[in-house]
Amino acid sequence: MIRAICLREAIAEFVHDGDSIALEGFSHLIPFAAGHEIIRQQRRNLTLIRLTPDIIYDQLIGMGCAQRLVFSWAGNPGVGLLHRFREAVEKGWPGKLVLEVHTHGSLAAAYVAGAARLPFGTMRGDPDTDLVKRVSTVSAVECPFTGEKLAAVRAINPDVAIIHAQRADKQGNVQLWGILGVQKEAVYAASRVIVTVEEICEKFDPVANGMVIPSWIVSATVVAPGGARPSYTHGYYRRDNAFYQQWDSIARDRGRFMSWMEQNVLEYVAV
Amino acid sequence: MSQDLNYTSEEMMTITAARRFRDNATCFVGVGWPSTAACLAHLLYAPEAILVYESGAIGSRPQVSPLSIADPELADTAVFIATVPEVFSHWLQGGRIDIGFLGAAQIDRSGNINSTVIGDYGIPKVRMPGAGGAPHIAAHAKEIVVIVRQHPKAFVSRLDFLTTARCKGPTTVITDLGILATHPTSGELILTSRHPGVSVEQIRESTGWPLISADRVEETAAPSDAEVLALRELNDSTQRAHDVKLHAA
Repeated sequence: MIRAICLREAIAEFVHDGDSIALEGFSHLIPFAAGHEIIRQQRRNLTLIRLTPDIIYDQLIGMGCAQRLVFSWAGNPGVGLLHRFREAVEKGWPGKLVLEVHTHGSLAAAYVAGAARLPFGTMRGDPDTDLVKRVSTVSAVECPFTGEKLAAVRAINPDVAIIHAQRADKQGNVQLWGILGVQKEAVYAASRVIVTVEEICEKFDPVANGMVIPSWIVSATVVAPGGARPSYTHGYYRRDNAFYQQWDSIARDRGRFMSWMEQNVLEYVAV
Repeated sequence: MSQDLNYTSEEMMTITAARRFRDNATCFVGVGWPSTAACLAHLLYAPEAILVYESGAIGSRPQVSPLSIADPELADTAVFIATVPEVFSHWLQGGRIDIGFLGAAQIDRSGNINSTVIGDYGIPKVRMPGAGGAPHIAAHAKEIVVIVRQHPKAFVSRLDFLTTARCKGPTTVITDLGILATHPTSGELILTSRHPGVSVEQIRESTGWPLISADRVEETAAPSDAEVLALRELNDSTQRAHDVKLHAA
């Protein structure tokens, strides 16, 4: 049976200072509610992992939760740059942020290797770029069968993976569909897994492009309706594009960012 | 070709890019101008172009240009949705992409791209989003089309950072002023076409290296009224679609 636990308890129990955590969701199903609870509980020195750091990571970085960022594309999709991320990298505010820069391909391969508990993933022809010079987790390896030189990327095994999904059943199995990014790989690569869901249902109906994550892989399933807003949950609510645009001016100014966070995240009590 | 409508240089660029999509070609599409060009291509020139997005949406038929690479519009209209690891392993590395459409912050004469930093890497003037999928798109697509406004700060003799190495196949760069393409032997980007009303001199002045022209520089076909109207209608419906809010933040 699903264990009744609230988001506050789940974050308190499973996310610790200094952990490496992956909040995944490729523009869809981004676990905002869980990220906000991490900010409220003032976790520090986190290694944040994510292919596409966007608003939720901008908030975690701006609120001083992150020490290190492992990523491949950090921006506000369809809008522009991330100003809290920029200020951390360009000016070291609110603290120094160590970057591990990847490409989508290398980070995806690192999760796949992590999920399989292999030491590294391989890619063909990772080109000779400045990226490769800046990251110690990408190297070269020779194919033992053909002698071909391949790129190797060290596996990623986050302490905690956090995802948002459409629903769970009463046993705690999780069903998600639509654009699924690297959620499955992040979940299987991690030591602990928190899933927030829109609702609990009696029985799963089949859906196109559906995926099920079994209950015994998951440390905590938390009901958090709207937990992906302002991103979207396919079949439940739309992406709040206007907010993504507003975020550009909110995050541009340090003071405005802090007061927005106080009013909209810190003073809010999680369910 | 009528020129009753005063089209903008940005419309010229988007329409020129849209003409590059081909029926039955698998086209890897990034956000922004590539996405708009893809929608326009489906409407006007290549209804059977197969659009692939790095979010995993494959065979999508978006009616409006997506604001992000994982818009529900792309998921709803896809033939199927792959995971992100599958996009990079089975599709790109598997050699299943014919043309990759990219943007760029900086590009050099060889077709290498910077999308990481302006200034010094350690203390950057501007930290940009970074690589995303671009390095593997350029490495594995059979050819690349880069869509970027042409000015000396973007067309540089030396990149501040090499994010994406040049495609081994042909690269075409479509700008608001003209078209550059890789020379078959030297591999350098040379000017092959100028848009109507733009001089070769103007394009050279907007390029941060001594730009070589092809033996014969063509004039790009001016957009027809039908092309301009279709693009404006697409932009209007895109705007309307993204402004609709069914819920509060």
